[in-house]
Order: sequence, then structure tokens, then C-alpha cells
Amino acid sequence: MALIEVRNVSKLYHLGGEEIRALDDVSLDIDAGEFIAIIGPSGSGKSTLMHLLGCLDSPSKGTLRLDGTMIEKATAHQLSRIRNQKIGFVFQFFNLLPKLTVQQNVELPMIYSGLSGRERRERSLAALKLVGLENRAGHRPMQISGGQQQRVAIARALVNNPKIIFADEPTGNLDSNTGDAILELFRQLSREGRTIALVTHDPEIAAVTPRRIEIRDGKIAREVDARLAGLDRSSRAPQTAAAASPVQP
Amino acid sequence: MNLLNAVIVGFKEIWAHKFRSVLTMLGIILGVASLVGMSALVKGMENGMKEALVAIGGLEKVRLDENDIPAYQRNLADQAVGCTMNDVYALQKSAPMIKMVTPEMRLRDVTITRGAKFFTPYVFVGTWPNALEMNQHIVEHGRMFNEIDDELARNVCIIGTDTRDALWGSPDDLGYELNPVGQRVSIKHQPFTIIGMFQHYESERERKVRELAKLKPAPVHTNSPTRSKGWGKKGSSYVYTLKNSTVYIPLNTMWVKFRSTAGSNNIPDARLSALSVKVRDVEKLEQSIQQAHNVLMHTHKGIEDFAFQTQEDWADNINRAIKNYRISGGIIAVISLLVGGIGIMNIMLASITERIREIGIRKAIGATFTDIFVQILVESVVIAIMGGAAGLLTSMGLVHLLAYLSPTDNTPQITLNALAIAFAFSVGVGILAGLIPAFKAARLHPIQALRYE
Ligand SMILES: Nc1ncnc2c1ncn2[C@@H]1O[C@H](COP(=O)(O)OP(=O)(O)O)[C@@H](O)[C@H]1O
Ligand SMILES: [Mg+2]
Repeated sequence: MALIEVRNVSKLYHLGGEEIRALDDVSLDIDAGEFIAIIGPSGSGKSTLMHLLGCLDSPSKGTLRLDGTMIEKATAHQLSRIRNQKIGFVFQFFNLLPKLTVQQNVELPMIYSGLSGRERRERSLAALKLVGLENRAGHRPMQISGGQQQRVAIARALVNNPKIIFADEPTGNLDSNTGDAILELFRQLSREGRTIALVTHDPEIAAVTPRRIEIRDGKIAREVDARLAGLDRSSRAPQTAAAASPVQP
Repeated sequence: MNLLNAVIVGFKEIWAHKFRSVLTMLGIILGVASLVGMSALVKGMENGMKEALVAIGGLEKVRLDENDIPAYQRNLADQAVGCTMNDVYALQKSAPMIKMVTPEMRLRDVTITRGAKFFTPYVFVGTWPNALEMNQHIVEHGRMFNEIDDELARNVCIIGTDTRDALWGSPDDLGYELNPVGQRVSIKHQPFTIIGMFQHYESERERKVRELAKLKPAPVHTNSPTRSKGWGKKGSSYVYTLKNSTVYIPLNTMWVKFRSTAGSNNIPDARLSALSVKVRDVEKLEQSIQQAHNVLMHTHKGIEDFAFQTQEDWADNINRAIKNYRISGGIIAVISLLVGGIGIMNIMLASITERIREIGIRKAIGATFTDIFVQILVESVVIAIMGGAAGLLTSMGLVHLLAYLSPTDNTPQITLNALAIAFAFSVGVGILAGLIPAFKAARLHPIQALRYE
């Protein structure tokens, strides 16, 4: 059974009597350990899909199963718990709380999962170390650069050991050098066996991942899997092997 | 998120907007202060009203007076015995709900003389030593006469301050407090020794006026002729005047020296002028009086030539007045607290609108409806609690201010009850004010909240 199973999902918005199909009959599976890019032009429905996958929103039609739970039937409370325990988010605009320090921001998901103060401090420091920011723990988000803020957001997404990490245009607000560094961080996380879904409109970024899903007008237009197609085997094969093997169910 | 975290977040949020929070608290502070202040004022008034009631013996004291015989018993009038010592002994023996009985034999228009000075007290009564407790007298100098003085019918008396003031001079006239104990006076041409004097009775208000006058510089002597400015200024209440103008002598002395020879046609009149009883339990006033009535119907041979007098009407009037003050003061204070609550609600609504994005982020990383609801509610309650606590402090200051502004009125008195009620009210207002903003915040959809600019 795949980690995420999407079957015939549609998302409709109603604007002044007009019906907008942000997603139209989408089906896909994501396995544990995969590194996947969702790509498409602006307005094609990538974010909408990611919000559905991330339990931030519920579909108008179709079924969605995450780690065995039927999302479209879950209560708001259950969705909150799933977001807290099984999902990590990284947003384009970082979405850190400006009044909290870097470390407090990373601790936030653990506050909602009820961990003790000591455990929160230990785990948040470990997560900050992982993204190379342990010496910025006491700073406010406004006192560090955009790339560092995005690293903090990644640390926050990691800290509860989620089943999957969603990143919506994580480099969209960064210059290309820092963007590349963030991408490298994701690749490293993927090599360590984490499941990551990256949303982007930039084909260059999408080229980093072994599997790509192209979306157009709310529909899946094309799916590319480097592993199946035998493409790029020379450069990607060791990573995909590392990503896929230790966490296969 | 546990409650402690919510409280910490709440304090941080309040600290981040210090000025705004203080302004918001001000409503609660004023509301609590006015609630406590109002209740303290009313309590002060109540104390003032009740002190006179206590001074005449309180609600548990019941007077038994002679009364006209009812119409259907008129034919028995010549057999009516009136109040006598038999009643006193019968009540002591057979009415367990009566705690104390004090006989009174009164003589009217008695003049006490010392040399050329003389004084006619309002109350000249022969009684038992327990009259001291019955009528709430306090001995300032000397002693009350005792059972032996009574037994031997000694010529001793205990006086109120008015007698001293008239025969020797008041402290104001003399410049010092004269102690008349041991002095001899003549009462109806019989020599009496003063063995004690009561304290000077006055209401709280009279005392304050007197003390204030003492602090003021003495009036400058002018050439205008001295004159009396009438009685208007005195205005002392009846109860205290009566007590200050009291002279007690032992009951037997009264009987032997004055009464046995004073009846009409020189037949000794053994009747008592009145009889005071104290009931054991004020809650059972009705039954106690009924019991005394039953006993007395025996000693009076079934002729109802007596009547009971209680202070219930007086007490009722006080209670009614206090209740009215409470209600009107309470309404004003509660309205101002509610206004404070509306202030909190207003600021909380503004605050969550500012923080929609924050709430979206919190929800995205796993905050539940309850987490957000509790966070906002706690914030509102923390404001209310801080305002309430500050209001309690303010109310202490307010009460001092009130006492300072009208120094001769009854001192406002803060009660623990009032503090507790005001504080509980402010917390309740905080909860009520936080409910709607907390619900609005907790119900936000994470995506819409994240998109909000
Ligand atoms: N809340 C909404 N109300 C109405 N239309 C929406 C809403 N959210 C998204 N849409 C529409 O759905 C489509 C897909 O949006 P989105 O998923 O954000 O695209 P992407 O992330 O690929 O740029 C767009 O046409 C957008 O206008
Ligand atoms: Mg988007």
C-alpha cells in the first residue's frame, strides 16, 4: 500500500456563480521514501493539490488516503493531529512566527503534540543542527537571511519526524545560489530516507528529483519517472536506491 | 498545547502590546473598583445604621410594657396585677428560650442635686446589675452596683456622662475628664454615692465631628455677644442621648427608699414599670416571645395587660434600605464591569484580525480548534484577571479617598465578600468577552488564514 493514494480527486471553487476546477479528476500514488516534484505553470493547481495531500483542505470529489487514513472523512480535529504528526510543511514565504525566536519556532509543532519542555529543546536543537543553524537558535526570524529562514522552516517541518514533507515553491523567494543550497538540503534529506514532495513551476528544479508529475489546468498532464524510464541512471541511481530501500514497507 | 503554555503565550501577547493592554484593563479596573467601593460605602452605611440598634440592646432584646386590657377583658380590670417580680421569677424558671430577664422600676421627674447645681435625667431606674449587659452599657469609671448593693438597698448609683456634665462640667468646659466616682449627690433629698459612670455614648458620625472640631483652631474670640445657636447642631440620635442621660440605682434601693411610700394613697405600688428580656436565639424570636407570653398569661391570671416591644421594624427598615442601596450600587458597578468586558472583546477581535496569518501557521503545523480557542480565551481571561487584581488594589485607594473626602460619614468598609465577588465577576467578564473572538479564531480555515494578507 502506498503512503499516499489519491483517487479521482477534484477540487471546485465557486466564484460568483462561476465554477473553477482547480483540480480535475486527479489520481496518483506516492510511496514512502520517494522524492517527487509536482510541476506546472502558475495557476495550474499545484498548490491546491499539495494542500489536499497535506490535509490542509478537503477534496470536493474523490478519495484521499494518507498512511491508511481516509482524509475526506476525517474531522477537523483528526486532520489537525495528522498535520501535526505525519506531515511537515515548507512554504514559499517561510511562514515563521516573527515574535518567536528561531528555536521557539522549531519547537512549535512539538508544543501541539504535547512534548515536555526538555524534549522540545533537545529535538529542536538537533533539527537546527541538521540544517546548520544551531548558532542562530536565539535569533528572531527578522534577524536572519531568507535562506536561513527557509532552513528554519525546514527544521520545523522535520522536528516531529513526519511521514512526508511538502514544500510549496520553497526556493521561489530566494536568489538562485541560496535556492540551490536549499535544494541540496532537500536532496540530502531524501538520501537519508525521507519522503519529500516538492511543488515548483521551475523545470530546472524539478529536474533534481527522480519522479516528476506535470500538472496543467488541474489535470495530470505527464508523469516522468527516471527510475522506470532508465533516464539519468548514471547520476541519480545511487540516490534513488538510498531513498527507496530503507523505508519500503 | 497545555494550559501553562497558553498562559505564557497570553502573557507574551499582552506584554507585546503593553499600552493597549493597560487601556483595555482600565475598564475592568474601574469596574472592579466601583463594585468594591460601592459595597464598602453601603457596608459603612449599614454599620452606621446598625450601631444605634446594637446600642439599645440589639434585636434579641424584647421589652415588656404594661398595656391596655383588651376590650373583652375589661370587666376583669380590677384584678389585673400588672408586671411584678413574679413575672421575672416565672420567666427565669419556666421560659428556657429567654436568656436573661431584667426588671425595671422607674421614677419620673427625679432631680439630682449637688450644691446649687441640679440635673433631671431622662431615665432614672432601679434595676438589677444585669441591666449592664441587657442595655449594652459600658462602665468607664468605677463599677456597676452588685447583688449585695441590691440586697442591702444601698444608696449607690451609676450615672451617664450627662449627669456628670451637668453637675461638675463636661470635659470641654473643664479641659479634662472629671471622674465623679466617690462623689456624693442628693437624690430626692436622700444622700447617694456615685460608684460608677458609663462611657460617653455617641454615633460614629458624632465622634468624627467632635474629633475633627478638636483639630481645628479654637474660634477666635470676637466682640459679638455670645449666643446659643439652637439645638440644630446637636442632632445626636435619640438612643445615645437616652443612654447618656441614664441613672441606675439598685432595684431594692428604689423600692425601699422611694417606691414603697410613693403609691397613690400611700399604698405601696409593687408594680414594675417595665421588664426587659433577652432571647437566646434571635432566629427563634417569634417562638421565644410566644413562650414568654404563655408563661406570663399564668402569672397575670389570664389577663393580657402587657405587650411585647421588639426592634424588628427598625431592623427591617435598615435591611430594606441597605438592600436598595446594594441593588442600585450593584447595577452601576456591574454595568461598568460589562463595559470593561466589551472593551476586552473589542480588543480581542482586533487582535485576532491582526493575527489571522499566525493562526493559519499554527493550524498548518497542527493546532486544533481547541488549541486556538484556549489560547485566545486564556489571553482574554489573563487581561481580565490582571485588570481585576489591579482593580482590587485601586479599590483600596478609592475607599481611602472616599473616607478622606467625607471624614464625618461612616467609614466605608471593604468586605472580603465584596473583594471575592468583584474578582469573580471580572474573571467571568473576561471569559464572556473572550468566547466570541476565541470561537472566530479557532474556526478559521487554515488555507484561508494562510492566504490572508
Ligand atoms: N480559494 C480559492 N477560490 C477560488 N479560486 C481559487 C482558490 N484557490 C485557488 N483557486 C484557483 O484554483 C486554481 C489553481 O490555483 P493554485 O493551486 O494556487 O495554482 P498554483 O499553485 O499551481 O499556481 C487557480 O486558477 C486559482 O485561481
Ligand atoms: Mg502555488
